[in-house]
Amino acid sequence: MMSDSLNDPRLGFRGWLLTDTPTSRFHARCVAFYSGWLKFRSNTMAMVGLMILILLVLIAAFAPWIAPHDPLAQDLAGRLKPPLSEGHLLGTDSLGRDILSRLIYGSRITLYIVTLVALIAPIVGLLVGTVAGYAGGIVDAVLMRLTDIFLAFPRLVLALAFVAALGAGIENAVLAISITAWPPYARLARAETLTIRNSDYIAAIRLQGAGPMRIITKHIWPLCISSLIVRVTLDMAGVILTAAGLGFLGLGAQPPSPEWGAMVAEGRRFILDHWWVATMPGLAIFIVSLAFNLLGDGLRDVLDPKDAG
Amino acid sequence: MSEKPLLDIEDLTVTFPTRQGDFQAVRGISFTLGRERLGIVGESGSGKSMTGRAILRLIRPPGRVEAGKLELEGTDLLKLSEREMQKIRGQRISMVMQDPKFSLNPVMRIGDQIMEIYRFHTGAGKRAAYEKAIEMLEAVSIRDPERVMRAYPHEMSGGMGQRIMIAMMMVTEPDILIADEPTSALDVSVQTQVLSIMDRLVRERGMGLIFISHDLNLVASFCDRVLIMYAGKIVEVCDADRLHEARHPYTRGLLGSLPRLDEPRHHLEVLKRDPAWLDAPSVSGRQ
Amino acid sequence: MALAENRGAGRHRLPRFQRILWKIARVLGSVVITMLGLMFITFIIGRVMPVDPVLAVVGERATNEVYQQVYHDMGLDRPLLVQFGYYIWDVLHGDFGMSLLNARPVAEDIRRVFPATFELATLGVLFGVVIGVPLGVMAAVKRGSWIDQTARVVALIGYSMPIFWLGLMGLLIFYGILNWVGGPGRLDIIWEGMVPERTGMILLDSLLAGNWDVFKNAFSHIILPASILGYYSMAYISRMTRSFMLEQLSAEYITTARVKGLPERRVIWKHAFGNIRVQLITVIALSYANLLEGAVLTETIFAWPGLGSYITTALLSADMNAVLGGTVVVGLIFVLLNIFSDLLYQVFDPRAK
Ligand SMILES: Nc1ncnc2c1ncn2[C@@H]1O[C@H](COP(=O)(O)OP(=O)(O)OP(=O)(O)O)[C@@H](O)[C@H]1O
Ligand SMILES: [Mg+2]
Repeated sequence: MMSDSLNDPRLGFRGWLLTDTPTSRFHARCVAFYSGWLKFRSNTMAMVGLMILILLVLIAAFAPWIAPHDPLAQDLAGRLKPPLSEGHLLGTDSLGRDILSRLIYGSRITLYIVTLVALIAPIVGLLVGTVAGYAGGIVDAVLMRLTDIFLAFPRLVLALAFVAALGAGIENAVLAISITAWPPYARLARAETLTIRNSDYIAAIRLQGAGPMRIITKHIWPLCISSLIVRVTLDMAGVILTAAGLGFLGLGAQPPSPEWGAMVAEGRRFILDHWWVATMPGLAIFIVSLAFNLLGDGLRDVLDPKDAG
Repeated sequence: MSEKPLLDIEDLTVTFPTRQGDFQAVRGISFTLGRERLGIVGESGSGKSMTGRAILRLIRPPGRVEAGKLELEGTDLLKLSEREMQKIRGQRISMVMQDPKFSLNPVMRIGDQIMEIYRFHTGAGKRAAYEKAIEMLEAVSIRDPERVMRAYPHEMSGGMGQRIMIAMMMVTEPDILIADEPTSALDVSVQTQVLSIMDRLVRERGMGLIFISHDLNLVASFCDRVLIMYAGKIVEVCDADRLHEARHPYTRGLLGSLPRLDEPRHHLEVLKRDPAWLDAPSVSGRQ
Repeated sequence: MALAENRGAGRHRLPRFQRILWKIARVLGSVVITMLGLMFITFIIGRVMPVDPVLAVVGERATNEVYQQVYHDMGLDRPLLVQFGYYIWDVLHGDFGMSLLNARPVAEDIRRVFPATFELATLGVLFGVVIGVPLGVMAAVKRGSWIDQTARVVALIGYSMPIFWLGLMGLLIFYGILNWVGGPGRLDIIWEGMVPERTGMILLDSLLAGNWDVFKNAFSHIILPASILGYYSMAYISRMTRSFMLEQLSAEYITTARVKGLPERRVIWKHAFGNIRVQLITVIALSYANLLEGAVLTETIFAWPGLGSYITTALLSADMNAVLGGTVVVGLIFVLLNIFSDLLYQVFDPRAK
């Protein structure tokens, strides 16, 4: 039956991906992934989000080739030019720098922050959550109390306090955001660990003599990761907004780097006369965070149809 | 045939659109109800509850109700506006819902839930409604009705919840009561008690009762007439006292699938389902 | 933890009132622990801050002896835990230390700026509730309709918009171009100091003084920042309301209510809505807490002299005590709101055992 479907020229690879009778674990995973993808693809909004993010990555990667100007090159004679003026599609800022080029280069900073936070926070959360869930008892109580305490601050305010302690700058902003972002992941990982830990499957592995380290790293982590990924995607919009907020307050990337939040702050002084200086970078932040929200919604619909709609 | 029936139903269909196309939960059934006790019996999923809800036009969209005829004493229910239908529901036709655990509003006091329906349909004042509610609770043999009036549903046992449900749905003295498995959640002693309460109320007030159950023997002992449903159709109609003459294999199977003390058997028969039943036309329960 | 649970199990037979008291005691216990942790974190942040508090007091040109003397007086030579003890002691007495910037007690400053934030956030939540709740209910009742779609898009935009940018755009359009609202600040200069300060909330103070002109001016100033904050809480509240309502509307007791012949309005608002009321209050309390976060940025944009701009100003001038004091107060409000909604749930939901 299954080898038939593989050899049948009419079905080919697609048929292999759509079969009801997978031949191996890898095959089963491919089938599950593909059917998820089909469902995701039918969600137009989520696809739009994905497209925007792919575009963002491309723009960031090829910034030097795309950008019409040097993002740092000042031209005091041509300052505060409105959008659509000669050679400056989105106009120039108060130092005569081309806004479009700054936005294009700024996408690198946004991606840098997002990527780092998306790596650090879930990993810390995973560590804390699985250890708490697996160890149980006093360790669990202490670690969970700790996450509660971190959850007891509004995120931006805590990030502000941390940046104040660490000093302004983009790395410190990443660190501060990660410090405030890990607790929800820890809770999620703990909940997953608790359900997995008590399963027969883990009991069987334990009988085979596997130690706790091995069980956590080889068996519990892989199972936690998929739910963490969805959660991370959903959180990225918030991360972008927090990062932009820090930048806006002058606590993130420092001038003259073309960070979008800082660019809004720069344009703020001229908002009434030269609206575009603050508007354009704000729009960029909005579009990217919207894209993450759309993508996250779509992913959630695929993985958790209960909340769909 | 002589007297006009309370409820006259012809070719009733309930359809749910699903991903695999339309699914018919009820497939063109016909029956009438007089001032009698009519049983509807069938296995789980055979469309009993959907029939009851369809009569009240309470199938949730996207589900649809269609019928050649759906008349309450000559009034075509399908032609009524939603507002007119609201006057019918609770006032002329009531329904005791299947599971009291989920069918009572968890955050409203029981007294308020009973008084609400009475006041809404009669326009009675608070005092009168309170007294009426107490009277109904007493009628369904609830001890200490004042306390129950103040209680919340989760503080009640299953049997009490069922009786409260009956009291609530009968407080307006409707012409027709649809009872959807009113006793399935109860143990045998409470079951007989609830049944006899319903029997008395129906008799005293001259109502028409549609009694839905999956227990054929229970229905046979309690009702006047029985419709046997299978996969959305009526496969057989019997007078309750002549049930042993039933000829349809499904009915015989339902009758036989319960162990009986007077006829000990070595093993219970497994009901065999014949695909041909699905295509056979629905038997009419009209009189 | 296990011990606490065992004891809790034994108390199931206690009468309702005592059960509630026991629950409150447990909640209070966890509040105390959370607050201690919260202060510990801010305390540690304060210690690692790249600012020398002694230098800030004595000035650049002080001699070494003076420096050492102050260093000792401030308790900085004692072990960290002891210092933390003193810190808690002070905070418990409402003492957050002196502002390094203006040499006034931080606690006093916070008391002064807090009403402005409270006024702003309250009005914002009010907007969020008044629009978000009906919108969420309608979206759930008419699931998939244009109302539902609109509500979804509106919420999505709310979630994705940087609030400081939205504030700027609001200023540009409604103040700069249309001139419908007052600009930054709480009042135009000519109205300042016209009404005696009683609550610190100008809308309320002007009403108490019966001064309509001040009220109108204050209203024209607060309306824009409050709507912007309100938009955010509206987005959150309407989504939560919708999902709560969807869950209730598919419950059996809703069919019962319909069987009873009740009009749809009553089925929705009395029966379904009655079942989400407690949950909704929790959400509103949470969104109130979240507004504090939005307030930090919004207040900066609108030059609103509240807690948010107090913290950011302190931050930019490295005024450590002020930053820590502000952070602790915000954390405290956050925790209290959480506890409040939790207690509400325990006490008012008849299903909570
Ligand atoms: N919303 C729906 N969409 C699709 N199918 C439905 C829906 N609601 C009910 N059905 C189907 O209608 C059929 C009849 O259901 P119904 O509730 O009437 O059964 P029943 O005879 O009352 O069974 P039970 O004894 O379990 O109560 C079932 O097969 C059920 O799966
Ligand atoms: Mg049923």
